[in-house]
Amino acid sequence: MVKELFVQGNEACAYGAIKAGCKFFGGYPITPSTEVAEKLAELLPKHGGSFIQMEDEIAAIGAIIGASWSGLKTMTSTSGPGFSLMQENIGYAHITETPTVIVNVQRGGPSTGQPTMASQGDMMQIRWGSHGDYEPISLAPSSVQECFDFTVEAFNLSEQYRVPVILATDEIIGHMREKITIPDSVDVIPRTMPKESPDEFSTNNPYLPFKAEENGAPPMAAFGQGYKIPVTGLTHDERGYPDSADFEAHTKLITRLNNKILNNREKIVSVHERFCDDADTIIISYGAPVRSVHRAVVQAREEGLKVGSIKVDTPWPFPEAQILKAAEVAKNLIVVEMNLGQMVYEVERVAGMVGENRPNVHLIPKIGGELHKPEVILSKIKEIS
Amino acid sequence: MVGNNENPFIKYLREDRLPNIFCGGCGNGTVLNTFFKGMESAEIDFNSVAMTSGIGCSSRIPGYAKCDSLHTTHGRAITFATGLKIGNPDLNIVVFTGDGDAAAIGGNHLIHAARKNINLTVICVNNNIYGMTGGQISPTSPEGSFATTAPYGSIEKPFNLAELVTAAGASFVARWTTAHPLQLSKSIKKALLNPGFSFVEVVSQCPTYFGRKNRIRNPVDMVKIFKENSINKRKADKMDEEKLIGKIIVGEFVNKPKKDLIKNICDLSVEQCGRDLAVQSAYQDSFQE
Repeated sequence: MVKELFVQGNEACAYGAIKAGCKFFGGYPITPSTEVAEKLAELLPKHGGSFIQMEDEIAAIGAIIGASWSGLKTMTSTSGPGFSLMQENIGYAHITETPTVIVNVQRGGPSTGQPTMASQGDMMQIRWGSHGDYEPISLAPSSVQECFDFTVEAFNLSEQYRVPVILATDEIIGHMREKITIPDSVDVIPRTMPKESPDEFSTNNPYLPFKAEENGAPPMAAFGQGYKIPVTGLTHDERGYPDSADFEAHTKLITRLNNKILNNREKIVSVHERFCDDADTIIISYGAPVRSVHRAVVQAREEGLKVGSIKVDTPWPFPEAQILKAAEVAKNLIVVEMNLGQMVYEVERVAGMVGENRPNVHLIPKIGGELHKPEVILSKIKEIS
Repeated sequence: MVGNNENPFIKYLREDRLPNIFCGGCGNGTVLNTFFKGMESAEIDFNSVAMTSGIGCSSRIPGYAKCDSLHTTHGRAITFATGLKIGNPDLNIVVFTGDGDAAAIGGNHLIHAARKNINLTVICVNNNIYGMTGGQISPTSPEGSFATTAPYGSIEKPFNLAELVTAAGASFVARWTTAHPLQLSKSIKKALLNPGFSFVEVVSQCPTYFGRKNRIRNPVDMVKIFKENSINKRKADKMDEEKLIGKIIVGEFVNKPKKDLIKNICDLSVEQCGRDLAVQSAYQDSFQE
């Protein structure tokens, strides 16, 4: 039965997790994300799942990666300081191809910063926070309904590509209350088992847990099913055996891990364009600022200005083709984000691909925790039109 | 098909990964042998065993065992093990760790897993030094011992790991040295059978680094020193502290089974939704309430 609820974004993430089949949450309290953990501490035992409050965020992500290898869908939630602590194990999840979901309810930083105020200051940390070369997937909801929908999608993407997926929300979206619709059932992408059973393998035909089809993730057996999988954070071969000093082994593995995202970028990315067809100026935003941008664009159109917008649902992988298309037609691109400029670097990079006729890229930054006012965006539109 | 010189536990190893990376004279071989002996005498099916480890020499042990294993990040093996166990309570999870991995970078996870009495078996190979990185002092290095980062001798007080984990609430704790393989395998058996947090500390030799830096280069001499300096806990409990300086207290520290966290988590699921915890549910394509 379809259910309607009036809830916070953080609670919507918890409902989304349950609907997607999450059965384990390991967490550590941190403002402004704590309601995700609180809600799941209540809901999971009612759905045959479990919740554990760990001793810190490093332990929380360790536990969810471990439980993922037992064959469960798992999640944690945190905010800036905790997300920083998780970085090493996020890299571990990437190199071991462990599906899991991390909700990062962003707050002002650096350091303890503004625990109760919103920010989009972690966008580049989501991209580059762990050491080494990797390609993250990240979703940025701009409403409470999207907190639910994108959490489900985050689980599906994590299973499909065997990566940790970061739900990049923020204090405004996390604590805002809106009506949401919870459908009776949602599309769930299940984990894939190896085609062969464990006893079909032998010394001459060994099980290769890290052998993938081109551009895809390998099927993933769980611990306890008899496959006897050696998992390591060291560079490894297809058997899972460490081969950490061989440049070819490292190049092969890391290139494959990156390509399974990059070569599927068009399947993963999601953007929504509004009024872009004839637009001279296109505004690019993601997460909470999308709401101010929409208001500003509608007002600009009412005043006869040729303005459009692109709402980016998936900051990572960056929707390169979609932004390039906009850069080819618009004279101005404006990036609106709640930081001093992070995703704008990606937009500038892509705009640069256009060559001589590249558009001007403008930034409307904002820090401190308040949302951009639509009139600020509107006056920038007028200033550059 | 076991030949005269063949180790009876070779069947549990990934032979295609041998030879191993351990130095000649390392105690890790003794630890793995005694583990398999303890496992067999506990009548635990090797197919139900999954191992986790962090970073360091002893953390490379699971990679040679033919079972599911997670070789994780430095100090964090117990956290991954916790998730594995909750995800599938039927697994027997064994954590191989070292003094640096368990007590320095992973100290917080160690005491909290002990406090919560999480049903895991942690085998800590304590060689009093960082071997993998080339001989730096660890939280268990004796005061005055030498290491590359203690060129004038350690000026720190060491942790007593068995006492630390006892105080934190573990339900089974034992300490032996590599000079006590029989006692060690018996304690490993008990640890595996204890339905709670079990900690077995193995004082082990690192001739390559601890030995070289402290002028006991011969591993046989190191093991002899362990034997000569060990005092059983029952005897040590009656001795003056002064007489125990420089001694290794061995034996069982705790053997008090109590209900563990995993059991509580399973019970909560039954209480709240009338069924056992979901197992391997990631393969399902729908989740009805």
